[in-house]
Amino acid sequence: MSNIETAETAPEPASKVELPAHLGGGGEIPTFEVTLRVRRYDPEFSQESKWEDFTMTMYGTDRVLDALHKVKWEQDGSLSFRRSCAHGVCGSDAMRINGRNRLACKTLLKDLDTSKPILVEPIKGLPVEKDLIVDMEPFFQSFREVMPFLVNRDHAPTKERLQSAEERARFDDTTKCILCAACTSSCPVFWTDGQYFGPAAIVNAHRFIFDSRDDAGDMRLEILNDKEGVWRCRTTFNCTEACPRGIQVTQAIAEVKQAILSRQI
Amino acid sequence: MSSNSIAAPRSNSAQSPKYKRNKASHSSFEMIAWLFMRLSGVVLIVLIFGHLFVNLMVGEGIHAIDFGFVAGKWSDPFWQIWDLAMLWLAMLHGSNGVRTIINDYAERDGTRMTLKAVLYVASTVIIVLGTLVIFTFDPCPPGAVIDLPSFCTVP
Repeated sequence: MSNIETAETAPEPASKVELPAHLGGGGEIPTFEVTLRVRRYDPEFSQESKWEDFTMTMYGTDRVLDALHKVKWEQDGSLSFRRSCAHGVCGSDAMRINGRNRLACKTLLKDLDTSKPILVEPIKGLPVEKDLIVDMEPFFQSFREVMPFLVNRDHAPTKERLQSAEERARFDDTTKCILCAACTSSCPVFWTDGQYFGPAAIVNAHRFIFDSRDDAGDMRLEILNDKEGVWRCRTTFNCTEACPRGIQVTQAIAEVKQAILSRQI
Repeated sequence: MSSNSIAAPRSNSAQSPKYKRNKASHSSFEMIAWLFMRLSGVVLIVLIFGHLFVNLMVGEGIHAIDFGFVAGKWSDPFWQIWDLAMLWLAMLHGSNGVRTIINDYAERDGTRMTLKAVLYVASTVIIVLGTLVIFTFDPCPPGAVIDLPSFCTVP
């Protein structure tokens, strides 16, 4: 009983409403001081980006996103970042936290080293627009180029297109992508010139190439056989490590490579 | 769709030519290069370790290696072919590796072109020179009288 009360009434420290202490049913949530070191960039004032520190008291249940909210709402309203659902599904708040690409809404502060400032930077390889906001257009352009939609040349059936459980399982891993760009912006090949399609586009091509209901697999394989396609992958596994959804990205790329090879030979 | 659709909210949008990918290539060169790296790598493991074993372990081992040893090996067509395969595969494998590194790290087109031109010239010179040496090597050139190995019959 008291556990349920705790879950429902635990104070939400990053919200503007601080609940009175007597409402908390369970044990006290530990608090600690954290310093966020945020890479700030505002082209209206300076072409140079700079680090800025924000120190605040946070709770053991807080995420990096809560700390960013606290900064924006209480310390510096000009801090800019993207977030939508704040629960790891929309893919808006991918950023580089302590040198690793992660979702700010899925990274708990207590899991980071709070004795040192927590570095928060925009994801790399995409043009920064302001603070933590990057222009995602090159990323989505690659995504659009692989035709991430079902192509079926049969007559439209009157009911759903059926598929066996095994056929569905073939591409299950790559259906999890939320297009946060954590993988593509962790890829050293993408960093250099941004011409490489990038892991995310290949993952989303994989999702349809291996879908038994889809008819355009050959077209997608042809697109990814480009000199900027799958062959630029150096299997460094940065993408797999960065993926907040745990998709085996490098494996998906390897499967697309194999599919191109077996088609050509 | 209406002709006067709403303009993109940002200048750096899909309409901007800035993010256009280079023209698509309709060749399978990169696929073949990728495949070549895997296959030549496997063959090179056999060739190189076979080479090291024969030169360093068999018979007297490393103490047997001298000018005469190399001359003896290259008088045998088997070792000529072995060394030729090793030379070509290693050079093409290594050059292709450096080519991908240049593609990955050179940021400007000019730098990329220059580095790759140097690489291709260097590789070609070494492959041609090496091939010539393997097939035209003569340990006892006619006319030479000094510094000839002992197995040469001096006229």
